[in-house]
Amino acid sequence: MNPQTPARLTGSASMSFQNPVYVVSCASVVGKKEGEGPLGSKFDLVCEEPMFGEATWEAAESTMQKEAATLALGKAGLTPGNIRMTFAGDLLAQTTASSFGIAGMGIPFYGLFGACSTIGESLSLGAMSVAAGYGEHILCATSSHFASAEKEFRFPLAYGNQRPLSATWTVTGSGACILSGTLPVPEIPKKTDPLISEEGCVQITGLTTGKLIDFGLKDSLNMGGCMAPSACDTIYRNFCDFGRTPDDYDAIFTGDLGAVGKRILLDLLNEKGYDIESIYQDCGLLIFDGETQDTHSGGSGCGCSASVLAAYILPELAKGTWKRVLFVPTGALLSKTSFNEGDSIPGIAHAVVLEHVSKKDQKQ
Amino acid sequence: MNSSIPKEKQKQYADYVKQITPTHSLPTNMAKAFLTGGVICVVGQIITNFAKSRGLDQDMAGTWCSVTLVFISVILTGFNIYPKIGKFGGAGSLVPITGFANSVAAPAIEYKTEGQVFGIGCKIFTIAGPVILYGIMSSWIAGVIYYILKIMEVIS
Repeated sequence: MNPQTPARLTGSASMSFQNPVYVVSCASVVGKKEGEGPLGSKFDLVCEEPMFGEATWEAAESTMQKEAATLALGKAGLTPGNIRMTFAGDLLAQTTASSFGIAGMGIPFYGLFGACSTIGESLSLGAMSVAAGYGEHILCATSSHFASAEKEFRFPLAYGNQRPLSATWTVTGSGACILSGTLPVPEIPKKTDPLISEEGCVQITGLTTGKLIDFGLKDSLNMGGCMAPSACDTIYRNFCDFGRTPDDYDAIFTGDLGAVGKRILLDLLNEKGYDIESIYQDCGLLIFDGETQDTHSGGSGCGCSASVLAAYILPELAKGTWKRVLFVPTGALLSKTSFNEGDSIPGIAHAVVLEHVSKKDQKQ
Repeated sequence: MNSSIPKEKQKQYADYVKQITPTHSLPTNMAKAFLTGGVICVVGQIITNFAKSRGLDQDMAGTWCSVTLVFISVILTGFNIYPKIGKFGGAGSLVPITGFANSVAAPAIEYKTEGQVFGIGCKIFTIAGPVILYGIMSSWIAGVIYYILKIMEVIS
């Protein structure tokens, strides 16, 4: 093998990185409802005020994403000037929440749209860039805001209507991660909080790029049903491409399939001969308590998987609770126009392999 | 999008998704709608009766009833109470005139950040627009039918 190659390509759309890609810090900012959910105490910042001190919902989302990015930078002991480039996205038309949010920081910027799967897209491109040596530090951030998403895709907030039980609740939240080719440094400078524990840290070791899968569903209030086949396809290809089985992963997380999508994914993977039920969780079901928070099928949005990743999955990986995790954010690719014109809703899911690196391995 | 998946398989999947997707109980929803719609109508009747007791004729009392219900609905929308009624009552709160008022007030609140003209002006009828357009159109059609029947002396 060529030692210069940053990554080894496997299968049709997977790669495993030869050069290390560390997640050196991560941060999450969420709204009040998310703060009251089961993961409430794990988020870095819970903003009780839905407008985040701004005059419009869109500006609120931008501020939230900027806040998450700033926190991630601070935790890593970096300044915006240290970041070579950013991959960021959100759910608004023309991804303005990200561009307006990151604009003020003066960091070279790539805006992405992968609907709710955007954090997977962002981490994939970020990891590729780090592995290839295109940047020392790369910022990956995404956000979603309940109010701006309702306005973008559905009805004004004050309009009285009923949501079906298959509908999900857009998370008001943002998650940001900083990727680097060098290990996180715990001591210097003081008052930083990089993603490193007594046990070790976290590395992105591989990824499987998602394909658009369209089973012809047109119900935008049953996104779980629209996205589950793509999650199944990506997870299945990840297993095939890496020659792995569910036993090789300690946990598999999908983004926002919700209760309906979770059930479908388990059924679809069972058909392909894989049983992942014991290790499988969905970020949309982790972030809200469906019983008490009236969120129906679960949480959704760019901020859902990103904030759960930053608040729960990455810290637990750093602690070594899990050794290898498959993180699969899922997205439903529709616009208001495509929906009104009667188009079906294709789904996409990008898989990122996250691994715990123990202190012992680092020294070798 | 043009899907690569055969139509037959799509249909199979759609049936499967429909089968496992939970839905609201129809009888419960109908009962809630009946209750909510009923309460709104009773309030309307109280307003009408009150107006009549103050010496107004049926037409004037009816107008006062509509105007008052619209006013109450808009106020409740502003305080974010109407969406909660809507969530509970469904069609029961959607069909009466209060639902129409809510569907006009809600976009006005939501889009005011986009300005008086392109925000409120253009988008205030995003939900109510179809009701107005097709409401006026169907009343026009009904009028034409009425006119023809009158000429043919079917009705007097």
